[in-house]
Amino acid sequence: MELLERFASGDLEAFEALFRQHQREVFAWIVRIVRDSGIAEDLTVETFWRIYKSRARFDPAGNFRAWARRIATNAALDHLRHSRHETELPEDLPSARTADPVIRRETRERLKQAFFRLPAKYRLVATLALIEEEPYNDIAKAAGISVALVKVRVFRAVRMLRRKLNTLGVGVSAK
Amino acid sequence: MSNEENNKEMKNLIKTAIAPVKDTELRRDLWPQMLRKLDEQSAAAISVPWFDCALAAILGAVLVFFPGSIPALLYHL
Repeated sequence: MELLERFASGDLEAFEALFRQHQREVFAWIVRIVRDSGIAEDLTVETFWRIYKSRARFDPAGNFRAWARRIATNAALDHLRHSRHETELPEDLPSARTADPVIRRETRERLKQAFFRLPAKYRLVATLALIEEEPYNDIAKAAGISVALVKVRVFRAVRMLRRKLNTLGVGVSAK
Repeated sequence: MSNEENNKEMKNLIKTAIAPVKDTELRRDLWPQMLRKLDEQSAAAISVPWFDCALAAILGAVLVFFPGSIPALLYHL
């Protein structure tokens, strides 16, 4: 019997083999979303626990890697939902366009804080698309949404950040 | 400045503010941790939730103190 068939029928040795084959890749994907290796390790184990629990629903003819990545993305998203940064941004923010490197550094810090306070579903796609520069198609597959929706969420995330910074007086301009 | 330019500026600013994760290498084998989780979860699956125990205790007490309720209970089962 093939490895995936054995896994789907509940064989623990087959699961271990798949775990060892894919743990690094799953970890690498999650750490880019949550940006903390300790949390990413826990979420990797959580991902494989979810995979093991859902083994009966897995089609052995299907793509295990893509399925694992989708489950990993959901696990990371659940984590982001429960770990939003609650710190308020200060009111006295400088302009983003100023030439002063100290002020620019301050602006970047505020932007970083605002980014990590985005709603989880926007933060997920914005992190993968804008920071990690993953192709939209890969993000869409991993998140189980359309490419168009990925683009919409990236656009909205950027708009939310711009508005947030504008309300705080940072000059990243316009509506 | 157009919306598109604004978005581009914002995207560039995000890239300078938050760097991509450089170290994505897993440093240790997570299988032992996975095994622990499997053991914990299977133990949890076997153990009876506390509210089930409480429900059984209440039912037992009702049957002991009000034996007349036994036929009614059997009728409803």
